[in-house]
Amino acid sequence: MATLNVLVAVCLAYVAVLFLVAFVAERAAARGRGWLGGPWVYTLSLSIYCTAWTFYGAVGYAARSGLEYLTIYLGPTLVFVGWWWLLRKLVRIGRAQRVTSIADLISSRFGKSNMLAVGVTILSVIAATPYIALQLQSVTLSFEVFARADGGAAASSAPASTAFWVAVGLAVFTVLFGTRNLDANERHHGVVMAIAVEAVVKLCALLAVGVFVIWGVAGGVGDVMTRIDASEIGHWQMDGGRWATLTFLSAAALLCLPRMFQVMVVENDEERHLRTASWAFPLYLMLMSLFVVPIAVVGLDLMPAGTNPDLFVLTVPLSQGQDGLAMLSFIGGFSSATSMVIVAAIALSTMVSNHIVMPIWLKLTGGGAIVSGDVRHVVLMARRVSIAGVVFLGYLYYQLSGGGAALAAIGLISFAGVAQVLPALVGGIFWRGATRAGALAGLTVGFAVWLYTMFLPSFGQGVILPAAVMQEGLFGLDWLRPRALFGIDGLDPLVHAVIWSVGLNTLVFLAVSLASFPSPLERLQGAQFINVFQHSQSPGGGFGGTAEAEDLLIMSQRILGAREAQALFHAEAARQGIEGYLPDPTPEFLQVLERELSGSVGAATAHAMVGQIVGGTTVSVEDLMAVADETAQMMEYSSKLEAQSRELSRTARQLREANEKLTRLSVQKDAFLSQISHELRTPMTSIRSFSEILREGGLERPERHKYASIIHGEAIRLTRLLDDLLDLSVLEDGQVSLNIRRARLADLLDQAEAAAGAASGGTGLEIRRDGPVDQVWITTDPDRLSQVFINLISNARKYCDAAGPRLTINVTQAGERLMIDFVDNGSGIPPDAQDLVFEKFSRIGDQKAGGAGLGLAICREIMARLGGSVSYLPGQGGAAFRVILPLHQAMAAQ
Amino acid sequence: MSRPGNALFLERRTYRRRRLVDAARFLPILGAVLWSVPLLWSSDGAETVPTSRAILYVFGVWCFLIVAAFLLSTRLRSDPPEEPVERP
Repeated sequence: MATLNVLVAVCLAYVAVLFLVAFVAERAAARGRGWLGGPWVYTLSLSIYCTAWTFYGAVGYAARSGLEYLTIYLGPTLVFVGWWWLLRKLVRIGRAQRVTSIADLISSRFGKSNMLAVGVTILSVIAATPYIALQLQSVTLSFEVFARADGGAAASSAPASTAFWVAVGLAVFTVLFGTRNLDANERHHGVVMAIAVEAVVKLCALLAVGVFVIWGVAGGVGDVMTRIDASEIGHWQMDGGRWATLTFLSAAALLCLPRMFQVMVVENDEERHLRTASWAFPLYLMLMSLFVVPIAVVGLDLMPAGTNPDLFVLTVPLSQGQDGLAMLSFIGGFSSATSMVIVAAIALSTMVSNHIVMPIWLKLTGGGAIVSGDVRHVVLMARRVSIAGVVFLGYLYYQLSGGGAALAAIGLISFAGVAQVLPALVGGIFWRGATRAGALAGLTVGFAVWLYTMFLPSFGQGVILPAAVMQEGLFGLDWLRPRALFGIDGLDPLVHAVIWSVGLNTLVFLAVSLASFPSPLERLQGAQFINVFQHSQSPGGGFGGTAEAEDLLIMSQRILGAREAQALFHAEAARQGIEGYLPDPTPEFLQVLERELSGSVGAATAHAMVGQIVGGTTVSVEDLMAVADETAQMMEYSSKLEAQSRELSRTARQLREANEKLTRLSVQKDAFLSQISHELRTPMTSIRSFSEILREGGLERPERHKYASIIHGEAIRLTRLLDDLLDLSVLEDGQVSLNIRRARLADLLDQAEAAAGAASGGTGLEIRRDGPVDQVWITTDPDRLSQVFINLISNARKYCDAAGPRLTINVTQAGERLMIDFVDNGSGIPPDAQDLVFEKFSRIGDQKAGGAGLGLAICREIMARLGGSVSYLPGQGGAAFRVILPLHQAMAAQ
Repeated sequence: MSRPGNALFLERRTYRRRRLVDAARFLPILGAVLWSVPLLWSSDGAETVPTSRAILYVFGVWCFLIVAAFLLSTRLRSDPPEEPVERP
């Protein structure tokens, strides 16, 4: 017979092994996950759904109510088989939003409302108390069984004190397990691994007992089947309402239990694990419930009447003298209880510390926590206290309820409690219209109804709710009886409570959501939740500390440049005393980094980027708006810069052109100077030589006359040249006086043709006129204008190189302006010279021309004075000039 | 292989994948319906169903669901757009 001491020693040894497993797993996780994050560990960790309720309670449940116990596993099976509907989305949202608990999920869906988070947290804590009490009760009962078997020695120890010590032990165990360190993502690799090991232990233990019962006690499967049909649960006797309600309730609880959410969503490493779990977890549940009925039936056969059927798993092997099997079974039950309490306490303490303790603490300390840097300490402390508190509440419930109820009945109270989160959860991830007010109202109503119809009555009549209230309703109002709300009597109490609480909850949630209007943040979060598959990429594995630092470095390199970023990280690593490694992303470092980055991308963007990588914080709407502002500013600035640079390049091009022109002009000027000196010297030379001949005398009269004429002619040439120069400089200085009067254009052209013809010998050039030349009268300076015409006509005469040279004078009138085109049929002016022809001293090549290259320059100046212009018209088949002048020269232009 | 042929192949794959997802969605509904069948069994009187047969039925449905979910999950595994390359 195993003594109690041996039992305690085995428990401690088992706990020590679990510690070792957790420790090794944490170390392996720190080095980078291998097999640790696999789908099998994930699936096994889900088995914390099967608590002591399953291990002990299911057999008791079956012994009392036949196959009804199966509903508790059918619901979760359906949820997992239908993972594509809900779990996939839940896990994706959990990962995309870095959700830390179910309260966090609900709160962040409804605009990060902390009030909702607090509500869900309180509901979860209260709903968990019966469940934890259930575990305490089962462990206490199993101890008692061994104590009774052990004889009188330990039987004296009251169950209450056993329960107390079990509670203390579990609390200490959980504190040591779950709060050794603080992970930003609320991941606990060690705990998950330990749970996976426990899952195997409890499955093996239950299967071992089942196999023993079927083939050891009974005579195989056939015999057991006969026994089942012969037993008191041998016929299908089922309340259809309970069957359906319980299936629904267990499915809801799977989704809403904080500890299930923790292992299913928060501890999920990769989404694809869900796919394996979709069939492996139902398989686990099926195996767990496979031998329940045989054990129950054989237990009912073997054990004396009045034995607690909840403990058949222990008492049947014990009664057959199988101490070893009983011990294994005890360990299995112990496993089931401890794993549930550990994960539930961790999940609840996370919620309590994140949503209740920390907000209060930060408010009290005025937000100075980041500077003092001891937040981690406070968080850890808050979690430890919360764990102790949660376990203590469970103990309190156990004490108050008297510890006599069936395990399954206690568990169902919890299930109904957490199911109140379901409408807000499902509505939140599938319905855009769900609002914070709706969720809050639905949750409150559901919680209140559950408290009144299920939780408070569960303590028994007269403990909390007076017997009078139970019988006659609150305030004596008959329709407020906890077991028959609104006078609907005759329902099973559980079905009644679930229908009313979840029904009213859903109804109020929908109605208030429809009537209220969500805040912008709510709408944004709602869109992100509901369209999570469009918004998020399938996330890879989560990252630990190193991955974060690496990601930060990669991001900073992109923004700051590789050398600067590496220098920054190196300096920080040196400051942290871990030179040669990446620095830890401490709050101070993140602040420094954010500041550095904000220099490049703006404060809000930097905050959002760092927040995205470090996690925990999602980008808020305010962040996004600030980012948008910054971006708009930058875009404006850069477009200004762009405009400026365009202007600069335009100016530069103009400068370049001007420079080229200047260079050409300078070349021309040099050429002109040599030309003008040549032009001046030739007449001067002939004047000098002929005047010398005249001075010597002794010449005949005709010869004297001839020489004097030559001298005279050359002097005239000189004078003309000098006149031209003078004319031009006068025109350029703007000191010219115009003699404005009315004249007929045709007369001016006639004069010009005659003058040009006379000047250059009048040979060859045929002149045509087009347009309404005769009718046009103009008010201008006719002498100056005809000077221009003369110049253009004589140019044509001089330069037109066609065989039959022809000049066409085209007159068109456009409003108040007159356009006169002079087009010849020669080869025109080469394109590279076109912009120079109007410059002074410009001559095309060194043709036959005798001019000094001032003619067109003078024309341009004259036309400018007359309020018009003269320009070269390219592409007319020959040299073409266009003279534009106003019909009526304004007197003011003088 | 010509491009249109390729496209046709992809189209067919996408189509098959969609139907697999449909099947995955349909499976829990089928399960719920099958497990609702016991609600039709009479609970009292002489014609009640023996528990052993009820066990066989419920567990039979359970096994069917597990096998179906297993087959679907292995088929759904080969979905390139959704999943990163599986690590060995």
